[in-house]
Amino acid sequence: MELAFDADDEAFRREVRAFLAEKLPAELAERVRHGKTLSKAQTERWQAILSERGWLAPDWPKAYGGQEWTVTQRFIWDYEAALANAPPVIAFGLKMLAPVLLKYGAEDQRRHWLPRMLNGEDWWCQGYSEPGAGSDLAGVKTTAVREGDEYVINGQKTWTSYAQHANMIFCLVRTGASGKKQDGISFILVDMNQPGVEVRPIITLDGEHEVNEVFFTDARAPVANLVGEENRGWTYAKYLLTYERTQMAMVGSSSASLELLREIARTETKRGRPLADDPYFAARLAKLEIELENLKTTTLRVVAASAAGGGPGPESSMLKIKGTEIRQEILSLARRALGPYALPYQREVLEPGSNAEPVGPDYGVGVTASYLNARKLTIYGGSNEVQRNIITKAILKL
Amino acid sequence: MDFHLSDEQRTLSDTLARFFAERLPLERRLALASTAPGYSVEAWRQLAELGALGALFPEALGGYGGSAADILAVFEPLGAAAAAGPFLPSLICGRLLGATSSDRGGQLLEAIIAGETVVTLAHQEPRSRYDLAHVATRADRVGDGWSLSGAKAVAPWGDAADHFIISARSAGEAADEVGLTLFLVPADAPGLRLRGYLGIDGSRWAELSLDGMKVHDNQRLGDTGEAFSLLEAAVSAGVLAICADALGALGVVRDSTVEYLRTRVQFGQPIGAFQALQHRMATLLVEIEQARSAVINAVAAFDEDRRERERAVAAAKYTVGRVATLVAEEAVQLHGGIGMTWELPLSHSVKRLMMLDHLFGDVDHHLERYIQLGRAA
Repeated sequence: MELAFDADDEAFRREVRAFLAEKLPAELAERVRHGKTLSKAQTERWQAILSERGWLAPDWPKAYGGQEWTVTQRFIWDYEAALANAPPVIAFGLKMLAPVLLKYGAEDQRRHWLPRMLNGEDWWCQGYSEPGAGSDLAGVKTTAVREGDEYVINGQKTWTSYAQHANMIFCLVRTGASGKKQDGISFILVDMNQPGVEVRPIITLDGEHEVNEVFFTDARAPVANLVGEENRGWTYAKYLLTYERTQMAMVGSSSASLELLREIARTETKRGRPLADDPYFAARLAKLEIELENLKTTTLRVVAASAAGGGPGPESSMLKIKGTEIRQEILSLARRALGPYALPYQREVLEPGSNAEPVGPDYGVGVTASYLNARKLTIYGGSNEVQRNIITKAILKL
Repeated sequence: MDFHLSDEQRTLSDTLARFFAERLPLERRLALASTAPGYSVEAWRQLAELGALGALFPEALGGYGGSAADILAVFEPLGAAAAAGPFLPSLICGRLLGATSSDRGGQLLEAIIAGETVVTLAHQEPRSRYDLAHVATRADRVGDGWSLSGAKAVAPWGDAADHFIISARSAGEAADEVGLTLFLVPADAPGLRLRGYLGIDGSRWAELSLDGMKVHDNQRLGDTGEAFSLLEAAVSAGVLAICADALGALGVVRDSTVEYLRTRVQFGQPIGAFQALQHRMATLLVEIEQARSAVINAVAAFDEDRRERERAVAAAKYTVGRVATLVAEEAVQLHGGIGMTWELPLSHSVKRLMMLDHLFGDVDHHLERYIQLGRAA
């Protein structure tokens, strides 16, 4: 067993910290820390900073502008960046579509789409879920019918994050009707800047506009935008989802969340003493700290094993379950720590460019909204029940 | 980073697993448990020859290991096999003997490693609960020696012991950290009364009463009144061993429960086809991995300073205690009626998992300790 990071990794950690200290704009970190919404421009600003350093897609092969970081380096980067409250990079292109293109795409597709992700030309969103295909993702009904050199697409996607900012969407579409429902699915890239694509906002219970419905009415995509083979899209979709899940342990951002919670607990008082000294509260907080430390190690174990095995396996479902549960519990405890000041609805304060004066302490403005927003964590990316189904099938083999 | 045992540790671990499977099947172990010493002395010597005890101590003390990972390599297969024998007190007392470096102690440690003698810790008391500093047993100076009076409770494998390491208070009040002194005492010493008994999980224990027992000053281990930090460090190694033992038992309970879900048919199908049971089992799997990570964290912190070590060990014991109880209770539920029976091998692993929460601190004790150690920073 060698459980410490080695000297090279520690040197890398120092390099990462120095970079974050120098390059992460304080104003962006403050917004992330307090759960405030980032504008498209703010997110793009941070991604441009990363791209300049070559760290926007460090998982990619060097030939495509990546760094080929080791799993340990990737873990250190994800952890340190999140702990510093760096804005999360928009994963849909960089961490979800890109691995699919790298594994299943054509070389022309890689040469065309990957550089555009790095220079910020494209903002990708994910066209997976539909009104009738949530956890049962293979139930997609949106169709793509070939007409000459184009596919003609009709149907509806939903829960599409940041579609309001996106110019491109990768979609699961039905191209075949025979056989199992998983068999007739294709994976296709669609330009959103065309008359046949309409985006309508969905406001979530925290009051935020993050997700959308996307309607396709005779929308068109060139045949060159088909990824891999027609009707093999389910394979690619599942591959993408294992990548999505490894992100969901979220140990870095949960650690940052826990830091905010600790600040709240030190500052709020109960009978004249810091809330952190209250034995009931201290016990809840300590349990979360311990579980998060455990999860950090579980995550390292899974990424180390997946590096040896060529890609993340079903173990990523365990990370998704535990990571999302811990994150929800942190935010739930932060909400309770605020006491009555959890109540004010402060959407306006959270919006980019707002000068509105917050009600109550500054650290509390985004807490309830973040708590509410985080209820999605155990639902999306394959609900935690779906993850348990995956564990049942792939690990327990029941 | 490498989360795996070394090749040597893996070999030892596999050897121990095979030894128990071949030489000491559960029926034989259960038959031995009801009378002292409660385990096969012949097998104990063979285990010593295989290196099971030497692995727990560094070369300078006559062993060939002694790291936290070595403890993991030895105790995980012991837990998996539901093994019986004074492994835990050998580890703790060996550490105490090594840390106090007396001639007699050095000889005894050699004999422990060779499997020729058993030394047990008599520290807990009827009213100490899990508080390591709580010692009411008195050590009074008498001439050039000491007189020990008091009661010691739930001493591990007490009726197998050739010697005891007894803690007693030479100064201060019952809960003070300062004023604790250790004495090395033969089990047949006059003034020492012993009552051995069987534990619910097949382990053996003893109650000791000391009625003005006379000990010479050369039987004192370490400095007078300064035993607390020695005890804390040695018990920490013991707690890590208990956690490793639990990982072994958790693996066995997990595998046998999954197997039962596959084979038990009700309503015309294997009960593992029911989602209500599948999801419970999947949750156990996630929690067992968290427990292993907690133990890895404790292994990683074991050579750090006292506070780091104790905090990581407390976090591990808390996590393992929580997960062990959860998995044990769920395993019984998932087995249904047969899970309630003494005859099912699983029941012995389940009880081992439940009872570990009663060894050197339960989940509440270690959570509180984790919090206090954090505040001291």
